[in-house]
Amino acid sequence: MSRTRPRFSRAAVLEGARRSLPVQVAVAPFGLVCGVSAQAQGLSLAEAALMSGLVYAGSAQLLVLSHWSSPAPVLAAALATFVVNLRMALMGPVLGPWLDRLRGWRLWASLFVMADQNWAMSVTQMQSGRWDAGFLFGSGALMWVVWVASTAAGHLLGATMRPPSGHPLFFTALAVFVAILVAMWRDGRDLVPWIVAAAVSVLLARLLPGTSWYILLGALSGSVAGVWRDRRRGLSA
Amino acid sequence: MTLDPWVLAAIAAMAAATLVTRAGGYLLFRAFSPPPIVRAMLGYIPGTLFVSYVAPALAAGGLQQWVGALATIAVMLATRNLALAILGGTAAAGVVWAAG
Repeated sequence: MSRTRPRFSRAAVLEGARRSLPVQVAVAPFGLVCGVSAQAQGLSLAEAALMSGLVYAGSAQLLVLSHWSSPAPVLAAALATFVVNLRMALMGPVLGPWLDRLRGWRLWASLFVMADQNWAMSVTQMQSGRWDAGFLFGSGALMWVVWVASTAAGHLLGATMRPPSGHPLFFTALAVFVAILVAMWRDGRDLVPWIVAAAVSVLLARLLPGTSWYILLGALSGSVAGVWRDRRRGLSA
Repeated sequence: MTLDPWVLAAIAAMAAATLVTRAGGYLLFRAFSPPPIVRAMLGYIPGTLFVSYVAPALAAGGLQQWVGALATIAVMLATRNLALAILGGTAAAGVVWAAG
Protein backbone atom coordinates (compact mmCIF):
# COMPACT_ATOMS: atom_id res chain seq x y z
CA MET A 1 0.00 0.00 0.00
CA SER A 2 2.76 2.41 0.91
CA ARG A 3 4.42 1.95 -2.49
CA THR A 4 1.39 2.97 -4.46
CA ARG A 5 -0.25 5.66 -2.37
CA PRO A 6 -0.37 8.86 -4.46
CA ARG A 7 1.63 11.96 -3.58
CA PHE A 8 -0.22 14.56 -5.60
CA SER A 9 -3.11 13.27 -7.66
CA ARG A 10 -5.51 15.23 -9.82
CA ALA A 11 -8.39 13.61 -7.94
CA ALA A 12 -7.12 14.99 -4.62
CA VAL A 13 -6.61 18.46 -6.14
CA LEU A 14 -10.23 18.46 -7.29
CA GLU A 15 -11.46 17.05 -3.99
CA GLY A 16 -9.61 19.77 -2.09
CA ALA A 17 -11.21 22.43 -4.25
CA ARG A 18 -14.66 20.90 -3.83
CA ARG A 19 -14.51 20.30 -0.10
CA SER A 20 -13.18 23.79 0.56
CA LEU A 21 -16.24 25.45 -1.02
CA PRO A 22 -17.89 26.36 2.33
CA VAL A 23 -14.64 28.01 3.40
CA GLN A 24 -14.47 29.98 0.15
CA VAL A 25 -17.89 31.44 0.94
CA ALA A 26 -16.37 32.86 4.12
CA VAL A 27 -13.12 34.00 2.46
CA ALA A 28 -14.96 36.23 -0.03
CA PRO A 29 -16.26 38.80 2.53
CA PHE A 30 -12.75 38.98 4.01
CA GLY A 31 -11.37 39.75 0.52
CA LEU A 32 -14.11 42.35 -0.03
CA VAL A 33 -13.09 44.11 3.18
CA CYS A 34 -9.45 44.01 2.07
CA GLY A 35 -10.34 45.53 -1.30
CA VAL A 36 -12.46 48.24 0.32
CA SER A 37 -9.54 49.15 2.65
CA ALA A 38 -7.09 49.23 -0.26
CA GLN A 39 -9.39 51.54 -2.19
CA ALA A 40 -9.84 53.78 0.87
CA GLN A 41 -6.04 54.08 1.21
CA GLY A 42 -5.69 55.19 -2.40
CA LEU A 43 -4.32 52.01 -3.98
CA SER A 44 -5.28 51.46 -7.60
CA LEU A 45 -7.26 48.41 -8.67
CA ALA A 46 -4.13 46.87 -10.20
CA GLU A 47 -2.13 47.49 -7.01
CA ALA A 48 -4.84 46.01 -4.79
CA ALA A 49 -5.13 42.88 -6.96
CA LEU A 50 -1.34 42.54 -7.21
CA MET A 51 -0.99 42.75 -3.42
CA SER A 52 -3.58 40.04 -2.86
CA GLY A 53 -2.08 37.86 -5.59
CA LEU A 54 1.53 38.09 -4.48
CA VAL A 55 1.14 38.40 -0.70
CA TYR A 56 -2.05 36.30 -0.28
CA ALA A 57 -2.18 36.73 3.50
CA GLY A 58 -5.38 38.44 4.66
CA SER A 59 -4.63 39.42 8.25
CA ALA A 60 -1.21 40.82 7.29
CA GLN A 61 -2.67 42.81 4.39
CA LEU A 62 -5.45 44.27 6.55
CA LEU A 63 -3.00 45.25 9.29
CA VAL A 64 -0.58 46.90 6.84
CA LEU A 65 -3.41 48.71 5.02
CA SER A 66 -4.72 50.12 8.29
CA HIS A 67 -1.31 51.77 8.86
CA TRP A 68 -0.77 52.84 5.24
CA SER A 69 0.91 56.13 4.32
CA SER A 70 2.22 57.93 1.23
CA PRO A 71 4.83 57.15 0.01
CA ALA A 72 4.12 53.52 0.81
CA PRO A 73 5.78 52.34 4.08
CA VAL A 74 8.05 49.65 2.57
CA LEU A 75 10.03 48.60 5.63
CA ALA A 76 7.15 48.83 8.12
CA ALA A 77 4.93 46.85 5.76
CA ALA A 78 7.54 44.09 5.41
CA LEU A 79 8.13 43.90 9.17
CA ALA A 80 4.44 43.80 10.09
CA THR A 81 3.81 41.16 7.43
CA PHE A 82 6.67 39.04 8.71
CA VAL A 83 5.45 39.12 12.31
CA VAL A 84 1.81 38.40 11.45
CA ASN A 85 2.87 35.51 9.22
CA LEU A 86 5.45 33.95 11.54
CA ARG A 87 2.78 31.40 12.47
CA MET A 88 3.13 29.95 8.97
CA ALA A 89 6.70 28.94 9.81
CA LEU A 90 5.07 26.55 12.34
CA MET A 91 2.25 25.50 10.02
CA GLY A 92 4.43 24.16 7.20
CA PRO A 93 6.30 21.59 9.34
CA VAL A 94 3.00 20.18 10.68
CA LEU A 95 2.19 19.06 7.13
CA GLY A 96 5.67 17.54 6.81
CA PRO A 97 4.42 13.98 6.18
CA TRP A 98 2.67 15.32 3.04
CA LEU A 99 5.19 17.93 1.90
CA ASP A 100 8.26 15.73 2.40
CA ARG A 101 7.13 13.59 -0.53
CA LEU A 102 6.89 16.54 -2.96
CA ARG A 103 9.58 18.03 -5.20
CA GLY A 104 9.88 20.98 -7.58
CA TRP A 105 6.89 23.09 -8.56
CA ARG A 106 4.42 20.90 -6.64
CA LEU A 107 6.24 21.64 -3.38
CA TRP A 108 6.60 25.38 -4.04
CA ALA A 109 3.05 25.79 -5.32
CA SER A 110 1.67 23.89 -2.31
CA LEU A 111 3.64 26.06 0.08
CA PHE A 112 2.63 29.25 -1.75
CA VAL A 113 -1.12 28.57 -1.49
CA MET A 114 -0.95 27.35 2.13
CA ALA A 115 -3.21 29.58 4.23
CA ASP A 116 -4.90 29.11 7.61
CA GLN A 117 -8.15 27.62 6.35
CA ASN A 118 -6.89 25.13 3.78
CA TRP A 119 -3.99 24.19 6.03
CA ALA A 120 -6.45 23.35 8.82
CA MET A 121 -8.60 21.25 6.49
CA SER A 122 -5.47 19.45 5.26
CA VAL A 123 -4.33 18.74 8.81
CA THR A 124 -7.65 17.04 9.58
CA GLN A 125 -7.37 15.06 6.34
CA MET A 126 -3.83 14.02 7.22
CA GLN A 127 -4.86 13.00 10.74
CA SER A 128 -7.57 10.77 9.30
CA GLY A 129 -4.95 8.88 7.32
CA ARG A 130 -5.03 10.57 3.92
CA TRP A 131 -1.70 10.81 2.11
CA ASP A 132 -2.30 12.95 -0.95
CA ALA A 133 -0.90 16.50 -0.79
CA GLY A 134 -3.00 17.46 -3.82
CA PHE A 135 -5.76 18.30 -1.33
CA LEU A 136 -3.68 21.18 0.09
CA PHE A 137 -2.93 22.58 -3.35
CA GLY A 138 -6.47 22.21 -4.72
CA SER A 139 -8.14 23.91 -1.76
CA GLY A 140 -5.43 26.61 -1.66
CA ALA A 141 -5.43 27.37 -5.39
CA LEU A 142 -9.18 27.93 -5.40
CA MET A 143 -8.87 30.09 -2.29
CA TRP A 144 -6.19 32.18 -4.04
CA VAL A 145 -8.54 32.80 -6.96
CA VAL A 146 -11.39 33.72 -4.61
CA TRP A 147 -9.08 35.96 -2.60
CA VAL A 148 -7.78 37.95 -5.58
CA ALA A 149 -11.22 38.18 -7.21
CA SER A 150 -12.97 39.33 -4.03
CA THR A 151 -10.23 41.89 -3.33
CA ALA A 152 -10.75 43.34 -6.81
CA ALA A 153 -14.53 43.31 -6.31
CA GLY A 154 -14.10 45.07 -2.96
CA HIS A 155 -11.95 47.74 -4.60
CA LEU A 156 -14.54 48.32 -7.34
CA LEU A 157 -17.38 48.48 -4.82
CA GLY A 158 -15.30 50.46 -2.33
CA ALA A 159 -16.62 53.85 -3.27
CA THR A 160 -20.27 52.84 -2.96
CA MET A 161 -20.45 49.92 -0.52
CA ARG A 162 -19.32 50.32 3.07
CA PRO A 163 -20.90 47.73 5.40
CA PRO A 164 -21.08 49.17 8.96
CA SER A 165 -18.42 47.79 11.29
CA GLY A 166 -20.79 45.59 13.33
CA HIS A 167 -22.29 43.93 10.26
CA PRO A 168 -22.65 40.11 10.64
CA LEU A 169 -20.66 39.73 7.38
CA PHE A 170 -17.56 40.38 9.45
CA PHE A 171 -18.47 37.53 11.76
CA THR A 172 -18.01 34.88 9.03
CA ALA A 173 -14.20 34.95 9.39
CA LEU A 174 -14.50 34.18 13.12
CA ALA A 175 -17.18 31.55 12.43
CA VAL A 176 -14.74 29.69 10.14
CA PHE A 177 -12.09 29.62 12.85
CA VAL A 178 -14.55 28.49 15.55
CA ALA A 179 -15.93 25.70 13.34
CA ILE A 180 -12.41 24.53 12.44
CA LEU A 181 -11.53 24.54 16.12
CA VAL A 182 -14.42 22.16 16.86
CA ALA A 183 -13.11 19.83 14.13
CA MET A 184 -9.62 20.00 15.62
CA TRP A 185 -10.58 18.86 19.10
CA ARG A 186 -9.15 15.34 19.52
CA ASP A 187 -9.66 14.33 23.16
CA GLY A 188 -8.99 15.36 26.78
CA ARG A 189 -5.28 15.68 26.04
CA ASP A 190 -6.07 18.92 24.24
CA LEU A 191 -7.69 20.57 27.25
CA VAL A 192 -4.56 21.85 29.06
CA PRO A 193 -2.76 23.13 25.91
CA TRP A 194 -5.92 24.89 24.74
CA ILE A 195 -6.52 26.58 28.11
CA VAL A 196 -2.90 27.77 28.26
CA ALA A 197 -3.07 29.04 24.66
CA ALA A 198 -6.33 30.88 25.40
CA ALA A 199 -4.99 32.51 28.57
CA VAL A 200 -1.67 33.58 27.03
CA SER A 201 -3.21 34.88 23.80
CA VAL A 202 -5.93 36.88 25.59
CA LEU A 203 -3.36 38.38 27.96
CA LEU A 204 -0.87 39.28 25.21
CA ALA A 205 -3.58 40.73 22.98
CA ARG A 206 -4.35 43.12 25.88
CA LEU A 207 -0.72 43.88 26.74
CA LEU A 208 0.52 44.34 23.16
CA PRO A 209 -2.42 45.92 21.29
CA GLY A 210 -2.02 46.45 17.54
CA THR A 211 0.47 43.61 17.16
CA SER A 212 -0.08 39.95 16.43
CA TRP A 213 2.51 38.35 18.71
CA TYR A 214 -0.34 36.86 20.71
CA ILE A 215 -1.12 34.33 17.93
CA LEU A 216 2.40 32.95 17.74
CA LEU A 217 3.15 33.03 21.46
CA GLY A 218 -0.26 31.65 22.42
CA ALA A 219 0.25 28.66 20.09
CA LEU A 220 3.82 28.08 21.28
CA SER A 221 3.05 28.28 25.01
CA GLY A 222 0.01 26.00 24.67
CA SER A 223 2.04 23.42 22.76
CA VAL A 224 4.92 23.58 25.23
CA ALA A 225 2.43 23.07 28.06
CA GLY A 226 1.04 20.00 26.31
CA VAL A 227 4.45 18.42 25.73
CA TRP A 228 5.58 19.25 29.27
CA ARG A 229 2.46 17.59 30.69
CA ASP A 230 2.98 14.51 28.48
CA ARG A 231 6.60 14.17 29.61
CA ARG A 232 5.62 14.43 33.26
CA ARG A 233 3.07 11.70 32.76
CA GLY A 234 5.59 9.68 30.79
CA LEU A 235 3.35 9.53 27.77
CA SER A 236 4.73 9.67 24.28
CA ALA A 237 2.89 12.42 22.47
CA MET B 1 -4.45 51.16 -13.70
CA THR B 2 -1.68 53.15 -12.07
CA LEU B 3 1.29 51.42 -10.46
CA ASP B 4 3.25 53.56 -8.03
CA PRO B 5 6.90 52.46 -7.56
CA TRP B 6 6.72 52.83 -3.75
CA VAL B 7 3.53 50.80 -3.60
CA LEU B 8 5.12 48.15 -5.82
CA ALA B 9 8.19 48.09 -3.56
CA ALA B 10 5.97 47.66 -0.47
CA ILE B 11 4.04 44.83 -2.16
CA ALA B 12 7.27 43.11 -3.20
CA ALA B 13 8.67 43.41 0.34
CA MET B 14 5.44 42.02 1.83
CA ALA B 15 5.44 39.16 -0.68
CA ALA B 16 9.06 38.30 0.18
CA ALA B 17 8.38 38.43 3.94
CA THR B 18 5.39 36.12 3.49
CA LEU B 19 7.31 33.64 1.35
CA VAL B 20 10.08 33.48 3.95
CA THR B 21 7.55 32.45 6.64
CA ARG B 22 5.46 30.18 4.38
CA ALA B 23 8.34 28.18 2.96
CA GLY B 24 11.16 29.01 5.41
CA GLY B 25 9.84 27.20 8.47
CA TYR B 26 9.14 24.03 6.52
CA LEU B 27 12.43 24.06 4.59
CA LEU B 28 14.39 24.52 7.85
CA PHE B 29 12.62 21.47 9.28
CA ARG B 30 13.31 19.53 6.09
CA ALA B 31 17.02 20.44 6.14
CA PHE B 32 17.67 19.81 9.84
CA SER B 33 15.63 16.99 11.33
CA PRO B 34 14.38 18.43 14.62
CA PRO B 35 14.55 16.55 17.96
CA PRO B 36 11.51 14.46 19.02
CA ILE B 37 10.38 17.07 21.55
CA VAL B 38 9.94 19.65 18.78
CA ARG B 39 8.00 17.15 16.70
CA ALA B 40 5.81 16.38 19.72
CA MET B 41 5.08 20.12 19.98
CA LEU B 42 3.97 20.28 16.36
CA GLY B 43 1.16 17.88 17.20
CA TYR B 44 -0.36 20.53 19.46
CA ILE B 45 0.21 23.48 17.10
CA PRO B 46 -2.97 23.23 14.98
CA GLY B 47 -5.39 23.42 17.89
CA THR B 48 -3.49 25.96 19.98
CA LEU B 49 -2.96 28.21 16.94
CA PHE B 50 -6.68 28.45 16.27
CA VAL B 51 -7.44 28.87 19.98
CA SER B 52 -5.06 31.84 19.90
CA TYR B 53 -7.08 33.41 17.10
CA VAL B 54 -10.48 32.78 18.59
CA ALA B 55 -9.96 33.46 22.31
CA PRO B 56 -8.79 37.11 22.00
CA ALA B 57 -11.53 37.84 19.45
CA LEU B 58 -14.15 36.50 21.87
CA ALA B 59 -12.58 38.26 24.86
CA ALA B 60 -12.78 41.56 22.98
CA GLY B 61 -16.14 40.78 21.39
CA GLY B 62 -19.66 41.51 22.49
CA LEU B 63 -22.93 39.59 22.61
CA GLN B 64 -22.93 39.21 18.81
CA GLN B 65 -19.63 37.34 18.78
CA TRP B 66 -20.52 35.12 21.75
CA VAL B 67 -23.95 34.13 20.44
CA GLY B 68 -22.49 33.60 16.96
CA ALA B 69 -19.62 31.47 18.28
CA LEU B 70 -21.90 29.34 20.48
CA ALA B 71 -24.27 28.77 17.56
CA THR B 72 -21.33 27.82 15.31
CA ILE B 73 -20.09 25.29 17.90
CA ALA B 74 -23.58 23.83 18.41
CA VAL B 75 -24.23 23.37 14.67
CA MET B 76 -20.73 21.97 14.09
CA LEU B 77 -21.12 19.44 16.93
CA ALA B 78 -24.57 18.42 15.71
CA THR B 79 -23.84 18.16 11.99
CA ARG B 80 -20.02 18.07 11.57
CA ASN B 81 -20.68 20.19 8.49
CA LEU B 82 -18.47 23.25 7.98
CA ALA B 83 -20.86 25.07 5.65
CA LEU B 84 -23.86 24.65 7.97
CA ALA B 85 -21.81 25.72 11.00
CA ILE B 86 -20.58 28.91 9.31
CA LEU B 87 -24.07 29.66 8.03
CA GLY B 88 -25.77 28.96 11.37
CA GLY B 89 -23.24 30.98 13.35
CA THR B 90 -23.45 33.96 11.01
CA ALA B 91 -27.25 33.79 11.04
CA ALA B 92 -27.27 33.84 14.85
CA ALA B 93 -24.85 36.79 14.84
CA GLY B 94 -27.14 38.49 12.35
CA VAL B 95 -30.15 38.03 14.63
CA VAL B 96 -28.28 39.74 17.49
CA TRP B 97 -27.19 42.51 15.13
CA ALA B 98 -30.73 43.08 13.87
CA ALA B 99 -32.10 43.05 17.43
CA GLY B 100 -29.42 45.43 18.73
